Amino acid sequence: MDFLKIRNVEKRFVNHLALDDVSMTVPQNSIYGLLGPNGAGKTTLIRIINRITAPDKGHVYLKDRKIQMQDVFRIGYLPEERGLYKKMKVGEQALYLAQLKGMHRKEAVQKLKYWFEKFEIQGWWDKKVEELSKGMQQKIQFVTTVIHNPELLIFDEPFSGFDPINANLLKNEVLRLKEQGSTIIFSTHNMGSVEELCDHITLINKSRNILEGPIDEIRSRYKSNTYEIEYKGDGHKLESTLSDKYEVSGWRNSNGNKAVRIKLLQHTSENELLSLILPHVEVIGFRELIPSMNDVFIKVVNEVSHEGTPHS
Amino acid sequence: MNKIKLILQREYMTRVRKKTFIVMTILGPLLFGAIVIAPAWLATLEDTKTKNIAVIDSSHLFVNRLPETESIKFTYLENKKVEDVRQNFTDSEYYALLYITHLVANTNNSVILYSDQQPSLGVKGHISSAIEKHLEQKKLRAAGIDDNILQSVKTSVNLRTIQWTESGEEKESSTELAMIVGYIGGFLIYFFIFLFGAQVMRGVIEEKTNRIVEIIVSSVKPFQLMMGKIIGIGLVGLTQFALWVLLTLMIVSGAKSFVFPELGTPKAQEVTANSIMESSGGSANAAPFSPGQAGAEQELTENLQAAQIFNALGDINFALIIGVFIFFFLGGYLLYGSLFAAIGSAVDNETDTQQFMLPITIPLILAIIVLVNGISNPQGGIAFWFSIIPLTSPIVMMARLPFGVPEWQVLLSMALLVLTFMGTTWLSGKIYRTGILMYGKKVNYRELWKWIRYRN
Repeated sequence: MDFLKIRNVEKRFVNHLALDDVSMTVPQNSIYGLLGPNGAGKTTLIRIINRITAPDKGHVYLKDRKIQMQDVFRIGYLPEERGLYKKMKVGEQALYLAQLKGMHRKEAVQKLKYWFEKFEIQGWWDKKVEELSKGMQQKIQFVTTVIHNPELLIFDEPFSGFDPINANLLKNEVLRLKEQGSTIIFSTHNMGSVEELCDHITLINKSRNILEGPIDEIRSRYKSNTYEIEYKGDGHKLESTLSDKYEVSGWRNSNGNKAVRIKLLQHTSENELLSLILPHVEVIGFRELIPSMNDVFIKVVNEVSHEGTPHS
Repeated sequence: MNKIKLILQREYMTRVRKKTFIVMTILGPLLFGAIVIAPAWLATLEDTKTKNIAVIDSSHLFVNRLPETESIKFTYLENKKVEDVRQNFTDSEYYALLYITHLVANTNNSVILYSDQQPSLGVKGHISSAIEKHLEQKKLRAAGIDDNILQSVKTSVNLRTIQWTESGEEKESSTELAMIVGYIGGFLIYFFIFLFGAQVMRGVIEEKTNRIVEIIVSSVKPFQLMMGKIIGIGLVGLTQFALWVLLTLMIVSGAKSFVFPELGTPKAQEVTANSIMESSGGSANAAPFSPGQAGAEQELTENLQAAQIFNALGDINFALIIGVFIFFFLGGYLLYGSLFAAIGSAVDNETDTQQFMLPITIPLILAIIVLVNGISNPQGGIAFWFSIIPLTSPIVMMARLPFGVPEWQVLLSMALLVLTFMGTTWLSGKIYRTGILMYGKKVNYRELWKWIRYRN
């Protein structure tokens, strides 16, 4: 079931089109990656979902119903540009933000206690925010984002400013929230974490949605029919047996063994290749090369900019 | 609405608990109290110590004739020379030596006051007026004018002012009092707008530079955040103001009973009233503490004047003035508060606010100029127009009000103020909404105009 649908959203600033006919569909209980270069329009889109700004055209639907003001209580948002009141005490501030999200004071206190214990930060309650390190403040911010049990969570660059230990803690929390039924939108430049966490992605470039779908499907869509063969034996012998149906794209050493990358041309099958080389070398490993999200990202974005865009 | 309340609460509580708020709350009334009490207190200080003045009178006209007061006493030395006294003057009990030459009746510079310190103005004034009066009397007598005639020519005019109200009543009025009330009202509104308007601006800049604003506007509308902040800080201002009034009253009444132990007698009240008037330049009445030869008459006129002032105080419609004051106080603050919020949202730090502050500062300063100059002609054209135009009306109308302003003018001014603050709030809301999420952009007026035109 689709949790959030964005349909043909357009947003224009005075002499700049920030979003041009952008649509996307976020399935329920998925982790959805929102990718794109800087200035592509991701933050504007996130702000539209949060009802911070309104689109000029198009609509946002939450579970088949147009999103409304009170729906912001069902959303938890951790913006990229985030901070806290420096002079305010941690507990008081968290309580304030929770109440702004529609929680009752009593309920908020209970929930905060739970989270503070979980993150082992009970001692911070009466500290002023300015006394905490940046990483500590990020933890507080994460707590205030999830405190009201939102159905939809939006994280914009959540891992920036975290050390690896805390980043991992956070990652596990995100996965746990998904398990508990939340739908999560995740905007980041860190392609490693996208591969690790996301089920679906959308790639926005120059105000337009240029790629959308399940992450595995997209990666295989961009695979180039290249295989890596680990072998023992004479590489030259191997190469000399290949006809013009094959193209060698690289050699390397892997775990003390030699490996070659071969691209299949003209609809050649994998078995054909294997039967061709088996007589000459001892094959240890054979696998298809799936492009990383990083490769896909760079490839797609570059393709678009080479085409030139009439929409800028 | 619930959210505005939450925001308002936070704005209010964090500010009221600040040390600066508590310090200002205590310091303000102490300052006000000092301004009111100090002149009277200083006067009493001066006079409590008895000053014994030695007199060498070569003219023999003044022996035992100089009037003494509680604190100024004279000792007449016979057959002594100035040098005799001078030699061990410091060890003597004398405050000063008054030397009157025999030429006193004919030359100006024939009276000398010697002292080892600078004699006080009060002492100087007392002595010279006593000598002048005594000589005048002597000369008049020498010219054959009888003492009775002398008494009967003494004239003093005290102008009472009575206002005819539209309903045909007669009202005792005091121009001085009206001026004071007008000044205080106008200046308070001016300070309130600047002090707390700037706080709104700083609060907005703080939220923007802290980067908390995006988190908050994902829960509430920017307009709610802005209004919550403006109203919250406004309430802080009202609280501070109320505490000031309360504490000032406490300090003034406490100090009065300390400085004037005979508190409660009409004289003590009249003295305070007079010293208030004097310290604000309202009345040029004589010093309140000089009973003596002319003391009786003076006291009489003082009593009369005091009675008039109290009559006038009773006749100024304080309920109306306070009501209208609170209205303009809030109206003016809300109008400017939203403009201050818009400025705060448009910049990244306080130093960038200069270019936008000018259009806000100019009408406020203009209003103060009109307040100071126009108060002497409260029904004149300038005072009238500036009390109707909403940007200056809160300040100028307060100045005019104690003199009596036709009802329709007050209502028109109020209506325009309400309309204008709704307009500026709407406009500021649009700038604010865009500005708070805009970083690192040098903003000018053209840019602001674009923001106003954004649809959402």
